[in-house]
Amino acid sequence: MSDKKRLDLEYSQIESDKMRINVGPQHPSTHGVLRLEVEVDGEIVTEVIPHLGYLHRSFEKHCEKMTYPQVMPYIDRLDYISAMNNEWPYVMALEKLMDIKVPEKVDYIRVILAELNRIANHQIAVATFGLDAGAFTPFLFFFRDREYILWILEKMSGARLLYNYFRVGGLAADVYPGFKEDCLNIVKQVRKTNAEVMDLLIYNSIFIKRSANVGILRPDVAINFACSGPVLRGSGVKYDLRKDEPYSIYDRFDFDIPVGKGEVGVVGDCWDRNMVRVQEMEQSCRIIEQAIAQMPMEGDVSALVPKRIKPPKGEVYMRAENPKGDLGFYIVSNGTDKPERLKARGASFVNLSVIPEISKGYMFADLILILGSIDIVLGEVDR
Amino acid sequence: MENVNFLYELFGKNIISVTLIVSLPLVFVLIYALIAILAELKVSAWIQERLGPMRTGPWGILQPIAEVVKLIQKEDITPDKSSKLLYNLAPFVIFTGAYAAFAVIPFSEYFVPSGINLGLFYVFAIGSISALGIVMGGWASNNKYSLMGAMRSVSQLISYEIPAAMAILSVVVLASSMNMQEINHQQTGWFWNWNLFGGPGSWTKIWIIPFTVLLTFIYFISSLAETNRVPFDIPEGESELVAGFHTEYSGMKFAMFFFAEYANMFVVAAILTTIFLGGWNSPFDTFLQGPIWGSFWFVLKAFSVVLVQIWIRWTLPRYRVDQLMYVGWKVLLPLSFVSFLAISFYVMLK
Amino acid sequence: MLANEIFDRLKTEFGDAILAFDDTQPTDPFIMVQTDKVFDVCYSLRDNDEFQFDYLMCLTGMDLGENVGVVYHLYSMKFKHKVVLKVVAPKADPKVPSVEMLWKTADWHEREAYDLMGVQFEGHRNLIRILCPYDWEGHPLRKDYETPEFYHGMKVSY
Repeated sequence: MSDKKRLDLEYSQIESDKMRINVGPQHPSTHGVLRLEVEVDGEIVTEVIPHLGYLHRSFEKHCEKMTYPQVMPYIDRLDYISAMNNEWPYVMALEKLMDIKVPEKVDYIRVILAELNRIANHQIAVATFGLDAGAFTPFLFFFRDREYILWILEKMSGARLLYNYFRVGGLAADVYPGFKEDCLNIVKQVRKTNAEVMDLLIYNSIFIKRSANVGILRPDVAINFACSGPVLRGSGVKYDLRKDEPYSIYDRFDFDIPVGKGEVGVVGDCWDRNMVRVQEMEQSCRIIEQAIAQMPMEGDVSALVPKRIKPPKGEVYMRAENPKGDLGFYIVSNGTDKPERLKARGASFVNLSVIPEISKGYMFADLILILGSIDIVLGEVDR
Repeated sequence: MENVNFLYELFGKNIISVTLIVSLPLVFVLIYALIAILAELKVSAWIQERLGPMRTGPWGILQPIAEVVKLIQKEDITPDKSSKLLYNLAPFVIFTGAYAAFAVIPFSEYFVPSGINLGLFYVFAIGSISALGIVMGGWASNNKYSLMGAMRSVSQLISYEIPAAMAILSVVVLASSMNMQEINHQQTGWFWNWNLFGGPGSWTKIWIIPFTVLLTFIYFISSLAETNRVPFDIPEGESELVAGFHTEYSGMKFAMFFFAEYANMFVVAAILTTIFLGGWNSPFDTFLQGPIWGSFWFVLKAFSVVLVQIWIRWTLPRYRVDQLMYVGWKVLLPLSFVSFLAISFYVMLK
Repeated sequence: MLANEIFDRLKTEFGDAILAFDDTQPTDPFIMVQTDKVFDVCYSLRDNDEFQFDYLMCLTGMDLGENVGVVYHLYSMKFKHKVVLKVVAPKADPKVPSVEMLWKTADWHEREAYDLMGVQFEGHRNLIRILCPYDWEGHPLRKDYETPEFYHGMKVSY
C-alpha cells in the first residue's frame, strides 16, 4: 500500500464530530429571512437544508380575495428589488386573456423601465455578492448608481421601490419631460461604474480565487432544477425569454445573451454567474439606448380598457424574463373580477432549490458565496 | 548600548517615573485609538466616495468619542449558557496582550518603556497572548460562530507567526541584536540606511536589497493576518461568521476587542517601523533629527503603516480559510526562508 | 411541435390514459391525463426524442370544488415547445403520482402544492410542508379552509 493510500485510509477512519449550524433566519448573508440548516465537518459543508416560510404572506390566498387591479401592489412585493419587472408578466397575462393590444409607446416605456430596473437589480446582486466575499467598497459604488436609477423610477411612478405603475392595457402615467436625457445619463454612469468595478472586484485575483471553481452548476442539472435567468445562463445555457419567446417588443432590439464561459474557472461557477450579471447590465444599456432612439413621444399611455377588469373565463400562464429568472403567473379566471387562482412561479424560489445540490463538499465560506451568486430575494421565495 | 529614558533623567529612578513610564503608552494608545477609528471611518468614506461622519463636531472629528460614549451606554450582555469567568476575562486578556507589547517599543531615542535586550523576542512572545484571549472568548461564548471564529483565528495566527518570525529573525541576523533601540541606532543616517534597504553598509549591500524589501512585505502581510485585518479577517468575517469570535459580546467588552484590535495594529506597525523603516530616525540624515523629532518620525511612520492597513481593508475581498493557509505556508514561508538564507550569507561574507 | 400533435402522439402511446384535449380556451391548450398515469406520461414526455420536455416551468395545485387538480407546464429547451398537463384527484383522497424523480424542480413545487393545497404526491421522497410551519394544520389555499384561531397559543387572525 502506498503512503498516500495509507494516509487516505487513516484519514477516513478518523472520527470527527459534525456540527450543525443554523445560518439564519437572522444572519447578515442570507439576504433576508432564510434559514439554512448546515451540517459542517470542520469547515466543509456536508449537508444543507433550507427552511423557508419566514416571510410567507399568503400572497396567493390574498389574490383570490381581491380584484385584479388590487393585486398589483402585492405583486410589487414579490421581488421587491425589481418591482417593475414583476408587474410586467402579470399585466401581460391579463392583456393576453382579455385580448388587449397596448399602444406602441407603452411598450417602449415598459421596456425602458424594466431594463432600468434590471440594471438596478443586477447592481444589488453583484454588490452583495462582493459583500459576501468581503469587498465592501464596490457595494457602495453600485448603491450610489442605483440611487440615480431609483430617482428616475420615482419620478415616473411616485415610489422608490414598490411602483404599482403598470396597468392592464397601459401605464399609470406618461413620461415626464427630460426622461430620455435622464436615461441616457444613467446609461453613461452605469458603464463608467462597471468599468471601475471590473478592475476593483471582478478581475481582482483574490475575488477570482474565492469565486472561481466554486458552486459549479452543470447545465443539465440547472435545466433539471428549472433554474433560469443568470443562474442558468451562468452554466452556459443560452436561454433568455427576451430572445427565445420575444414578448412585447423585444424582437426589435439588437442585444446579446451573455453566458458563462468558464473564463477563470469551470463553466457554471459562482464567478460565471456573477459575470453574466455584469455583462447583462451592458446589454440592458444597449436596449435602453435603442429604445430611447425609437420611442415615439406622442400618444396615449393606455389602451381602451373597461373600467372593471373582468377577463373572460379561461386560464393563462405568462412568463417574462426577470432579472432573477423567469417569473411566471398562472392565472385562472372564472369570469368575475377576482381571480379564481393565481400562482406565482418565482424565479428565486426555483433557483434556491438548487442550493443543497451545489453546495455540498465546499467550504462554509463558499456556501455564503454560492447563496450570494444565486441572487435570491426572500419576498419571492416565500411569497 | 545603554538605554536612555528621559523620565528617569528627570525624576530619577523612583515610583513616580515608573508609573509615568507605564501610563504614558496607555495615554498614547487611547488617543491613538480614537484617531485610528476616525481615520478608519474617514478613509473608508473617501474610498467609497462618501463624506463619512459629518455631524459630530467639525467634519465629524468627535465621532470616535461619540462611539465610545455609545458603547459605554450599551447593555453589557453575558450569555446565559456561557462560561462566565472566561467570557468576562477574554477581552482583558486580549487587551493585555496588545498593551504589553508597548513595553519595548522605542518611541524615541530617549523614551522606551523598557529597553530589554531581548525586545524583539519579547514582542513576539507577547503577541501570541491575544490568540489566547480570542480562543477564550470564542469558546466561552458557547456560540458555534464564535467557536469557529476562534479556531480559525488560532490556526491563522500559528501559520502566520512563522513567516513573521523569519522576517524578524533575518533582521536580527542583519543587526546582530535583538534590542529594538539598538536596531534603531544602527539605522541612523539617510533613509538608505534603513533595514528596508539592507541596513547600513557600503554599496555592496545592493544585492540583498530585494530580499530585505521582500521581507518587509512578508512581515507586513503576516502582520495583517495576525491582527485579523482584511484580506485575512476570516476569524470575524461578517459574511459567514456574523462577527466571529466576538459575536456575543456587547457594550464595553466589545469595545475592548475593538480597542485591542487597533492597539495591535499599532504594535505591528511600530515593529515594522522599528525593524525596517528606521524607527525614530529622520529619513534625511540630521534633518529634524533629535529626541522630540524622533518621536514625531516614529509616530508618522507607524501611522502611515496603519493607514495602509486601513486602505487595504477597504479595497480587497477576503480570503477563504484554505487559501489563507496556502498563502501562509506555501508562499510566504519559503520566500522568507530564502531571504533569511540570503541575508545570513551576506552577514557571513561581510 | 404543437399541442394537438403532442396530444395525438400521446393518445397513440397511452390510449385511455389521455382523457381529453382542450383548445377552446382563449389561451394555452391543455391535455387532461388520467391521474395514476401522469408519471408515465411525464416520463415519456421528458425522455422521448420527439418531445424532450426537460424543463418543468411550473407545477400548480388547484382547488376545483369537489376535486383538487394539478397543472404541469412543460417546456423543451431544445424544441422551444410547450405543453400543459392537468390531472384531478378527489379532495377526500388527493393522491397524485410525484414527478420529483423526473424533474428535481418538482421537489419544492410539489411540497408547496402539498402544503397549500393538500395534494398527496405519491413517491415524493420528502413530502413535508415548505411555506407554512411544519406543524401547521390544514391546507390554506383550499377554498373551504378556515383559519385557525390560535397557533401555539398565539392569535392567528387579526
